[in-house]
Amino acid sequence: MAKNKEKVTLSTLWSAGCGSHGGCGCEIYVRDGKVVKVEGDKNHPFNQGRLCPKGLAIPQYMYHPDRVTHPLKRVGQRGEGKWERITWDEALDTIETRLKDIRAKHGAESVIFCQGTGRDIGGPITFLMYAYGSPNWVQVGLAGHACYTPRLGAMFATQGAYSVADCSQFLEKRYDSPEWQPPKYIILWAQNPAAGCHDGFFGHWIIDCMRRGSRLIVIDPRHTWFTSRAEIHLQNRPGTDGAIALGMLNVIINEGIYDKKFVEKWCYGFDELKERVQEYPPEKVEEITWVPADLIRQAARLYAKNKPSAIQWGEPVDAMPAGSVVAQAINQLWAITGNIDNPGGNVIARNSHGVTTYPFSSAELTKLYGEELVKKLNEKRIGANDYPMIKNFRGWVQPDVLIEQMETGKPYKVRGAWIQTSNIIGGQAADPRRHYEAMKKLDFIVCVDLFQNPTSMALADIFLPAATICEKESFRSWWQPLGVSVPAVDGVDEARSDWEINLELAKRLATTPIKYNTVKDLINDRLKDGNTDFEKLKAKGCWEYPPEGHPSRPYYRYERGLLRGDGQPGFDTPTGKVELYSKRYEEWGLDPLPYYEEPKESPVATPDLAKKYPLILTTGRRSPVFFHSEHRMIPWLRELDPDPECEINDKTAAALGVENGQWVYIENRHGKIKMKAKVTPTAHPQVVTAPHGWWLPETDGRAPNLFSTWEYNINNLTTMGNQGKSGFGGTDYRSGLCRVTKIKD
Amino acid sequence: MARNGLLIEYEYCTGCHACEVACKQEHNFSEGMCGIRVDELVTVGPDKVQVDFVPITTRFCDLCVERTLVQEVPACVKHCQASCILYGPVTELVKEMEKRPRSSIFAPK
Repeated sequence: MAKNKEKVTLSTLWSAGCGSHGGCGCEIYVRDGKVVKVEGDKNHPFNQGRLCPKGLAIPQYMYHPDRVTHPLKRVGQRGEGKWERITWDEALDTIETRLKDIRAKHGAESVIFCQGTGRDIGGPITFLMYAYGSPNWVQVGLAGHACYTPRLGAMFATQGAYSVADCSQFLEKRYDSPEWQPPKYIILWAQNPAAGCHDGFFGHWIIDCMRRGSRLIVIDPRHTWFTSRAEIHLQNRPGTDGAIALGMLNVIINEGIYDKKFVEKWCYGFDELKERVQEYPPEKVEEITWVPADLIRQAARLYAKNKPSAIQWGEPVDAMPAGSVVAQAINQLWAITGNIDNPGGNVIARNSHGVTTYPFSSAELTKLYGEELVKKLNEKRIGANDYPMIKNFRGWVQPDVLIEQMETGKPYKVRGAWIQTSNIIGGQAADPRRHYEAMKKLDFIVCVDLFQNPTSMALADIFLPAATICEKESFRSWWQPLGVSVPAVDGVDEARSDWEINLELAKRLATTPIKYNTVKDLINDRLKDGNTDFEKLKAKGCWEYPPEGHPSRPYYRYERGLLRGDGQPGFDTPTGKVELYSKRYEEWGLDPLPYYEEPKESPVATPDLAKKYPLILTTGRRSPVFFHSEHRMIPWLRELDPDPECEINDKTAAALGVENGQWVYIENRHGKIKMKAKVTPTAHPQVVTAPHGWWLPETDGRAPNLFSTWEYNINNLTTMGNQGKSGFGGTDYRSGLCRVTKIKD
Repeated sequence: MARNGLLIEYEYCTGCHACEVACKQEHNFSEGMCGIRVDELVTVGPDKVQVDFVPITTRFCDLCVERTLVQEVPACVKHCQASCILYGPVTELVKEMEKRPRSSIFAPK
């Protein structure tokens, strides 16, 4: 049988291929040097044999006829789509020459290093950037850095560590671990976990917990599979989640149903918080959010009185006008109920074994690259001097400040961009047209990717072909377990891994010599923190949990002195406690207590505008078969979700004369795009929900069409410059205004 | 030989489509062809809108005969992210069904 000739490689999925935030263990089947099948690894505790559609479609992704597998250089004008195949040597020589030239004439900071979502790219891109000497690491156009960083920053400020809903993922025996128990209630806050593994969290863990008795409270403007099964559904107006959190805090504090012992011993600033939440009685919150006051009370009581309970939250939290404030208030809910680092609560999440792959905080960057370098480069990091939280928490550029700087050239001109697996124009960027206009004026742009997309087509001077996860050596410590990705085959044609490309270029560009010869040297050096190496982990089936007693292993680490640098019990905050009144926010010039802020454009904030655009637009509805703007060219996946489809309530649609399946314009004062109407009672009558990242790879890629991105990308209706006071959080990805009109035949 | 089938506990099907793509990959099916398909059912009840998903086997389902011969479960069973598909003799599945509300059995062959 042919099956006998198949070789199976165990590996860890993360990044290009499945695309996702990942962590799944997989079996890669290879026949005649080609990957023929990818399956889940049933011995891997993360996914326990399961795999999502994107993982299962990897072979079709790897050998897709449109995949770019050789370096290219642009020979026509930007956007003309004229490319010439070149060798790796020519590509790297050109890049070296151009980047050195820019650095010599204008300084390394004038080149920005651009990544997309949170994948293993965060490791290699920061490595190359620091070798080159630029501080400017950015998710271009991600307004308010509204994807997890605001939540991370809020948790860092509040409790000195990050937390996630505990679904036993920190223990190798998973649901059979004796020390674990399922959450009694899970609050799903603005997320559809069935659609993927957001922020490294395997969504179907929620279903595993439901089978083990967890009940649901769901906060979502839509009716979904989860709301159908929830005991309480808070169907809120998009953008008002901060008010819900404050209303729940009000109920829990005023009714005295918080964890008094925990608050007394481990929290700082309770009285101040108590005073603040008096401004948010449930009746007032009802007015803001559309959610009946009694439902808010019920949700608060169920959550507070049933310990342990957990909160699993989604990206919309970041995309509120003040994302880092909304996140702070939600963090306080699990803090005052004592649901922190307890089994079945919000367990503290640390990088497995203390190994850094993708630096989440400035502290991790400092550990890897040294205080002196990070401090020095910070001086010129875009946005760092405008926002103390940006400066002190994480090494990102502030994207709203970046777009202004690209346009004005002040305080210095941006001249080059290294764009690595990031579709800025067709994906994350708010106001993509503005980014297109600004970026096409840059002197030199490299795109490292696997397929041509609106961004590479519009901007690239050099295109480097990246490898999928099945073709590369990599490693992952994004929470648990510590894992390695093992190449099952060599790079398809001439594709190379991001680590390999960036190490090679770092050697050419670095001002001080790079100490690693190979990618494996580098990985092994990083794995030293975990007392292991690539081959050891590979031999163990690619993964390992930290040993008993390790600070990256739960529970109750605040009692055991495992959270603070000084080894004392408590939390790693200025007061050593969970700070309900945040000293760090205060130090950063922010309100130390949470508050509610209305979206910039809404029926409340701009009633006149709402007359013209009467519907609330919430974007970013996830598809279980696509990862952001990827996978639209994969036949197995596209077949399941063929068109950009917005959800509109049946009665609202009837009033507009729109029938199910008809094409409509969604329009507001920022732009107008087309989608197919899914007319459904699951939509709130006043809310339109749209997926993001749509472009049509089957259409003309050349400018001006750019794979139809201007016609279908919902971000054409979103804006930059609405960031919260901290610089983290904001814009109208989730709460804009719009109108819908039928497209006449 | 016992007749085999799939018990689908659709109470837990989230509509993630993993079964469909697992099936396509296993059989290398081209566009349009698939051994299982997930349908969305939206019903409006007196107090809430209900969203459910139901996977249905098609005439192309061969219960992954090549896999079961070597003691592997069918591709959809293995990869279902909600673990809501069971494979086995229909007689056993019927017993299992007693414990699982909102489930159905498909015996495609």
